[in-house]
Amino acid sequence: MTWLIQFFQTSIGKKFLMAVTGIMLVFFLITHLAGNLMLFGGAEMFNNYVLSLRSIKPLIRIAEVVLVLIFICHIFSGIQVTLENRKAKPQPYRVSPGSSTSKFYSRTMAVSGSVIFIFLVFHLQTFWWSFQKKQGNDTGFYEIVVNSSVGYKNPAIALFYIIALLLLAIHLRHGFQSAFQTFGLGESRYKGAIEKVSVLFWLIIPLGFVSIPLYFGFIK
Amino acid sequence: MKITVQAWRQNHRNAEGRFESYSVDNVSEDMSFFEMLDMLNNQLILEGKDPISFDHDCREGICGTCGVMINGRAHGPLSGTTSCQLHMRSFKDGDVLIVEPWRAAAFPVIRDLVVDRKGFDRIMEAGGYVSVSTGGVPDANTLPVSKKNADLSFDAAACIGCGACVAACKNSSAMLFVGAKVSQYALLPQGQVERASRAKNMVKQMDTEGFGNCTNTSACEVECPKEISIVNIARLNREFVRASF
Repeated sequence: MTWLIQFFQTSIGKKFLMAVTGIMLVFFLITHLAGNLMLFGGAEMFNNYVLSLRSIKPLIRIAEVVLVLIFICHIFSGIQVTLENRKAKPQPYRVSPGSSTSKFYSRTMAVSGSVIFIFLVFHLQTFWWSFQKKQGNDTGFYEIVVNSSVGYKNPAIALFYIIALLLLAIHLRHGFQSAFQTFGLGESRYKGAIEKVSVLFWLIIPLGFVSIPLYFGFIK
Repeated sequence: MKITVQAWRQNHRNAEGRFESYSVDNVSEDMSFFEMLDMLNNQLILEGKDPISFDHDCREGICGTCGVMINGRAHGPLSGTTSCQLHMRSFKDGDVLIVEPWRAAAFPVIRDLVVDRKGFDRIMEAGGYVSVSTGGVPDANTLPVSKKNADLSFDAAACIGCGACVAACKNSSAMLFVGAKVSQYALLPQGQVERASRAKNMVKQMDTEGFGNCTNTSACEVECPKEISIVNIARLNREFVRASF
């Protein structure tokens, strides 16, 4: 076990930790989006979906604990890397090269990540926690998400969701490909395939998420 | 041409630095950037002032001694060019050039534009060598090396260790430098004996020196005067994992 801890404390180990946990979180997004899209099927469909998850509660709890552990690793590693990198560049240049040497989304991972974290805390505190409080056959899940004061009917909330999800897209624009570069595949013969698949993760999935607050907040 | 140089002036390692502005007249577009600095320094000496210290040696773009930040770009605005190979025709009359030393905690400023890059030397000492006897020049094809690996190794070996990668990286990461050095040996038969220990020891030394962590922004690749690709960082990652497990 010591060797593994030692590995994750090296600069390359930290990259791997960010990359592996990042990819795991991205796969979680797929299942999360699949569930969320049930909202478009109406109250009954969505409520039944949440109830079906409740019937396998022990499994869901295990998945939640694993997910929290992955998040903690990703967030703490991100904070550690950001602080160390600031220390390594104590004095900035008077002239910034801006986008002539790197893409803005690759330079702003800590900023986009921080906003996503704030969003995550708010999201869990409102939706997830409200769902947990419901007992027995009480099915007001759709009402919470769509029509409550913390739901999408509130334009401020819907807008906050949209902004956070667009930042998620920006975060993944760099994150997905960066993870494969870390694995040593970024410039390999798989580069083209990785770029194509990355569109699914940084563009299509975040847009899928955006469609929900956009529809329930501003269109419906 | 008339050029205004705003250069970083710092008397010694622990002194407070500041920018100072100088005007240089009659600059020819055929001059190199350093010849323009030489002209400015002559001017400063005649005025009884301290000339601007800057590192340089071959002035042919092959030794890796020079390197300054010009208007936020490592080695200036041209790609694949060292500061010494940059000519004043890349600028125009009336331009203001803001000249700064490499900035990194691992590269402390010694004086003006000169930084201490001994951290790179210590990384090389940790594993950037082969200790097998390579003998004299071998006969052709006695030690078969595929064309592909020979080319890739040669591309990596083009690194002159100037430090532009560290300077350009927002995290001051030395991964491109270490990636190039590790790749150069890992791709050749002579480098196999110490392949694993080299990757581990060079990365360990890199971390000890206080270089930052790589976040794959690729700014190093853009600014490298020898156009070393980040494919070498990917290879370093693989080599390090291979050596660690």
